[in-house]
Amino acid sequence: MPGKLKAKIVAGRHLPVMDRASDLTDAFVEVKFGNTTFKTDVYPKSLNPQWNSEWFKFEVDDEDLQDEPLQITVLDHDTYSANDAIGKVYIDIDPLLCSEAATVISGWLPIYDTIHGIRGEINVLVKVDLFNDLNRFRQSSCGVKFFCTTSIPRCYRAIMVHGFVEELVVNEDPEYQWIDRIRTPRASNEARQRLIFLMSGELQRKIGLKVLEMGGNAVVGYLQCFDLEGESGLVVRAIGTACTLEKISTFPATATHPSNSSPSKDMKEPVFGEEAPGVPLSSGPPTPLRAQTFSSFSPSKSYSRQSSSSDTELSLTPKTGMGSGGSAGKDAGPLKALLKQQTQSALEQREYPFFTLTVFPPGFLLHVGGVVSARSVKLLDRIHNPDEPETRDAWWEEIRQEIKSHAKSLGCHAVVGYSESTSICEEVCILSASGTAAILSSRFMQDGPLDTELRFEEVVSPGCGFCHIPYDELNIPFPAQLTYCYCCRRYKVPDVLFTTIDLPTEASVTGKGCLIQARLCRTKKKAQGEVNAMAISNLLPFLEYELHTQLMNKLKLRGMNALFGLRIQISVGETMLLGLASATGVYLTALPSPGGIQIVGKTPSDITYEQHISNMQKKINDTITKNKELYEINPPEVVEEIIGSPIPEPRQRSRLFRSHSESSDDVSEIDLSHGKKDAFVLEIDDTDAVEDIHALLTDSPTPAGFYSCNTEIMPGIQNWTSAIQMFTSVRVFRLNANLTNQGLNKIFSDLCENLLKSLYFKLRSMVPCCLCHLNFTVAIPEDELIQVAVTAVALSFDKVQTLENGKQSGEKTPIKAITENDEQLQFNLELNAETSSSSISPKGLSEVGSHPSARDRCSSWIEQLKLKAHTIRRGSVKTTSSMEKASPLPEGRSRSLRSNRSYSGSSVAVVKMTPLSFIPGAKIIKYLGIINMFFIRETSSLREEGGVSGFLHTFIAEVFAMVRAHVAALGGNAVVSYSMKECVFMENPNKNQAQCLINVSGDAVIFVRESELELTSVQPQSATTQTSNGGEGT
Amino acid sequence: MSVELDVFVGNTTIMDKEVYQLWLNGYTVNDAVKVRIEGGVMEECEASAEVLLSDTMDQYRTFQMCERLLHHPAKLANQLLFQIPPDRQAMLIERYYAFDDSFVREVLGKKLSKGTKKDLDDVSIKTGIMLKSCRRQFDNFKRVFKVVEELKGPLVENIRQHFLLPDPLARDYAAIVFFANNRFETGKKKLQYLTFQDFAFCAGQLINNWTVGAVDNMMEDMDVDLDKEFLQDLKDLKILITDKDLLDQHKSLVCTALRGKTNVFNEMEANFKNLSRGLVNIAAKLINAKDVRDFFIDLVEKFIEPCRSDKLTSIDVNLYLTHYTNSAHILDTFKHHTVWTRYMGVIKSCILRMYHD
Repeated sequence: MPGKLKAKIVAGRHLPVMDRASDLTDAFVEVKFGNTTFKTDVYPKSLNPQWNSEWFKFEVDDEDLQDEPLQITVLDHDTYSANDAIGKVYIDIDPLLCSEAATVISGWLPIYDTIHGIRGEINVLVKVDLFNDLNRFRQSSCGVKFFCTTSIPRCYRAIMVHGFVEELVVNEDPEYQWIDRIRTPRASNEARQRLIFLMSGELQRKIGLKVLEMGGNAVVGYLQCFDLEGESGLVVRAIGTACTLEKISTFPATATHPSNSSPSKDMKEPVFGEEAPGVPLSSGPPTPLRAQTFSSFSPSKSYSRQSSSSDTELSLTPKTGMGSGGSAGKDAGPLKALLKQQTQSALEQREYPFFTLTVFPPGFLLHVGGVVSARSVKLLDRIHNPDEPETRDAWWEEIRQEIKSHAKSLGCHAVVGYSESTSICEEVCILSASGTAAILSSRFMQDGPLDTELRFEEVVSPGCGFCHIPYDELNIPFPAQLTYCYCCRRYKVPDVLFTTIDLPTEASVTGKGCLIQARLCRTKKKAQGEVNAMAISNLLPFLEYELHTQLMNKLKLRGMNALFGLRIQISVGETMLLGLASATGVYLTALPSPGGIQIVGKTPSDITYEQHISNMQKKINDTITKNKELYEINPPEVVEEIIGSPIPEPRQRSRLFRSHSESSDDVSEIDLSHGKKDAFVLEIDDTDAVEDIHALLTDSPTPAGFYSCNTEIMPGIQNWTSAIQMFTSVRVFRLNANLTNQGLNKIFSDLCENLLKSLYFKLRSMVPCCLCHLNFTVAIPEDELIQVAVTAVALSFDKVQTLENGKQSGEKTPIKAITENDEQLQFNLELNAETSSSSISPKGLSEVGSHPSARDRCSSWIEQLKLKAHTIRRGSVKTTSSMEKASPLPEGRSRSLRSNRSYSGSSVAVVKMTPLSFIPGAKIIKYLGIINMFFIRETSSLREEGGVSGFLHTFIAEVFAMVRAHVAALGGNAVVSYSMKECVFMENPNKNQAQCLINVSGDAVIFVRESELELTSVQPQSATTQTSNGGEGT
Repeated sequence: MSVELDVFVGNTTIMDKEVYQLWLNGYTVNDAVKVRIEGGVMEECEASAEVLLSDTMDQYRTFQMCERLLHHPAKLANQLLFQIPPDRQAMLIERYYAFDDSFVREVLGKKLSKGTKKDLDDVSIKTGIMLKSCRRQFDNFKRVFKVVEELKGPLVENIRQHFLLPDPLARDYAAIVFFANNRFETGKKKLQYLTFQDFAFCAGQLINNWTVGAVDNMMEDMDVDLDKEFLQDLKDLKILITDKDLLDQHKSLVCTALRGKTNVFNEMEANFKNLSRGLVNIAAKLINAKDVRDFFIDLVEKFIEPCRSDKLTSIDVNLYLTHYTNSAHILDTFKHHTVWTRYMGVIKSCILRMYHD
């Protein structure tokens, strides 16, 4: 009996009229937890009842505390007939179970009914008294923190990154139980909502247990998904990265900018998070922790169902086994290879060396290989025993193994930015997993080499190191064109790099980035069962191939050479497959400049045809030039000649590695490379190809003042203001029957383009701004319908900066012509000195990191040029400094402060929502817990509610409102890493009915404006309480 | 092929002022799109008509969802569904409750009943204001009327607190409520030259001086009704015209004061008895509800028109009324000084406001 849950019902407001005669309501409240129910008195004849109840106390196991939600039902008392339910509130009490999160839930929460939506609000108080439980065999995992954020949360420091955790639970879907035929839609919806709440709780608890066994205390990058498999059941699954986090106690902002406040040497220290620990890495993490992890890691791996397979894994790799770890330090030989081997061995002991993180502590990510992905098509069958979801587990295991082997063939021992997804249509299910093959430093791994004094720092520079190929040059797993790194000139880099992670903050980037999307539709015949699954899995490779080609073409067209945050979504319908690939294109300074696109006709005899081709060629070239200007891509090309480095031959190669397997088919790998041609050649051999090129060119550019990306931040923009606007937009498009692939493609592409255009128009008042974390989700809700949902955040930045930037790019070229050598490096150097003295770059956003790379190059070979460059540099320093650094920041910040102030007068606490892991211009001072909510809304009066659009509009607004209210009740003022993971919309206009399911998640936080922080930094505690009071006040 | 569903929901609700105005003015979505295209927003933002249509529909839907809340503005501040910055909330409320002067002129003083509402299509045709907008404005009047009708305390303050309106707008609503409650006749041809602001000014005078609340705002009764006791007392003023001596005395006092100060002295002297009778008769009759309704028409017929035909300027009128009021206090046998001041103060400022072309 290790916990006591207490709840108090204070009051209600804005209740609906339940008694037509009096236009009033006789409301009372039922409070239920597990099987215990309490009731308040009836508060007669009021729409704003004041119950002021006693404290209802539930004495429960902490296992139940984790699994069960607190269920509050508001009812209207009726003397003669049954009491009518007004609505419900489910409260997830998980945040209260963790000492570092929230301590009380208190505030106005919307009363929700699945048929009527929000019906007034209720004011409640919830607390938990937790007793210490020393039972080793406990089933609960209270205290393990969960974060949706896919990076180390802002006010924590990672002591250790343990690795991949996964779990899934299955159940029958109440919607498909026999009882559903006789119960009301409301009862059925509520049963479903409750079940999913329970399942999520259970899942979280089980994952928590795994984390504890691994010796961790938190899950970062927690991703939970639902598979509504219809007849065959309901699957809730989750993946995440287990970590040991430590709260950063030092409050003030003094230590917030490690990279620019410290001279270059400090960079090489294992600094991350907020403060240099000052502990030489050799000492590693605190010893007790270490011991603990070891003991739990070794033989008793009972928590994992897959333990057998991982054991075999271990025994299969004896050469790189544990032994080499200890002796590593003494060998001064081929360091890199050895260290690589060590980490590799450390990772290979894990079943899946996967990480759901997309942003890493500095020094963690060493090299990136490329994207690895795997898909498989499965036929769903009824889950017979919910307690043993073996088949589903086996499916995912299969896919993960495949991913692992792909990574291996890229010479990588880990997969980062890892995610899993499904698409279900009737009985066919496509399972997908993707990530980025990478080599990680052993620094944060529990069983890495002991002697970490010998590190890569001499070898790997932060600005370009991650681009260096991890695989063996002579044994390339796919045809690739390698050149020497354009930053350090020492290591080989590929010509194009695709990844699923965020752009590393230290990466050196030229110009700005942009959103790049490949969109594709493929028709398929209607079929059943095996035949259908076979047909789909036969189509998949073509779909992926074409998506990849499109991505590559569009990347070239923008003059860029790398993709970040790549996410390929494939959705299956009865008569078509839909593919949408989104990524953020950038120009990595370390990679060679991409060649142009050359068009070649098949029938060269015809003159008019040739003219047509040359016209097109011209258009393409023009577009490339225009794009380069737009995104300010002017790499320092002169460098090559001076150094006399090998001139790169731009050639195309793909790093997308995937395979498909139908059921248990063998892995088939497709080479997606485009051959060994010197320029990127598009062959026009039929009308389709012409259409393709047209499509390529019709992608309309973003309007002036707008930038877009699907990653967290946009390279080249730093001075964000505090104006942020998160939004969700959903569109459903009805198709005509009998469309060709070509026609479908166009419609789908237009749909996405128009949606983007609408977003730009809507947000025009925020210009100049950047749409960040643009997350597209496509679905085929039924035949001939395409649904596209977008969630993103618009961030405003300061105009002054852009203007100057514009000027800079204009001025830059002449300067370059004069200096004739790597002058950019030189003034970056200068800049370093400048910024370290002033040190006012916005936390987390700045540091495109051109200076570390500069430093590196400088130290190696540019010394002798220094003098010569120095004389020329002088004139240009001032102008460039404002381009690379946020020098006019003080103004920007004060402006943002002002705009923020105007919000504060509202009587309802303002809660910001953002899909990003941070809030510009603010510092997150506390994480209050994970928000994971699932809602169903149904109507049988669709027309009266404004049609499908009106219905969904209201529902989404209600979901936002409920998220905000729960965050405010926890004492928070923002949700970060917010995402809408599911939006399943079904309609039946003939019956005037519609139903929608939405699942959202995020991290509730308290943030403080950086400006306020400076004022209150003397007394950090007061700042905390102030904010939380603000949240609870109303 | 068609867009079946199209929604955009922001964490902070996005509302375009221009579209809001179009919605308030009663434009259909398609008409609003046309207006916006003509306004040039498309070129400004590189948008297409399609984008504009989608945006307009979306905004209209948002406004419709908000309308329920706008009916009770206080709710807008503590509802949870839409996160709207306070300055935006104020804008939404103010514009929702704003009205057209030409519309209000048509319904001013009329009973805010279903019957009147049915006639709104005529009003719409006459004023050129869209029926939808007329209905909203009418419903606003009625809603405000219903809420404040039952409330104690000062009218303007009540309106301001319950509907969160800025002061000038709250005053206008007070006038509308006051006119509707007392059913003042404003539609007669002779009154057509008066604007709503003229009436609103007069209403302000009446509310501040002639209602119960004007004397004692702790009273149970409120600002909406005229002070019955005062109206009763007004009958006593009749002595000024029934008593021959008093009338002559009054006249000579006024004439002495006026002599040489105006070039229409002769007309004033000739008309004195007539004008005085007019004003005092209005006072004496105000106890009858029916005559209250004719208050403005009486002022015009009995005083303003005669003066106008004598070509008096408003300076002349001011001069005349000042001396007319003051001289009565010097009369030996005239005892009703307080009532007289209270009556004439309002009459004077009303007449001066109404004395224009």
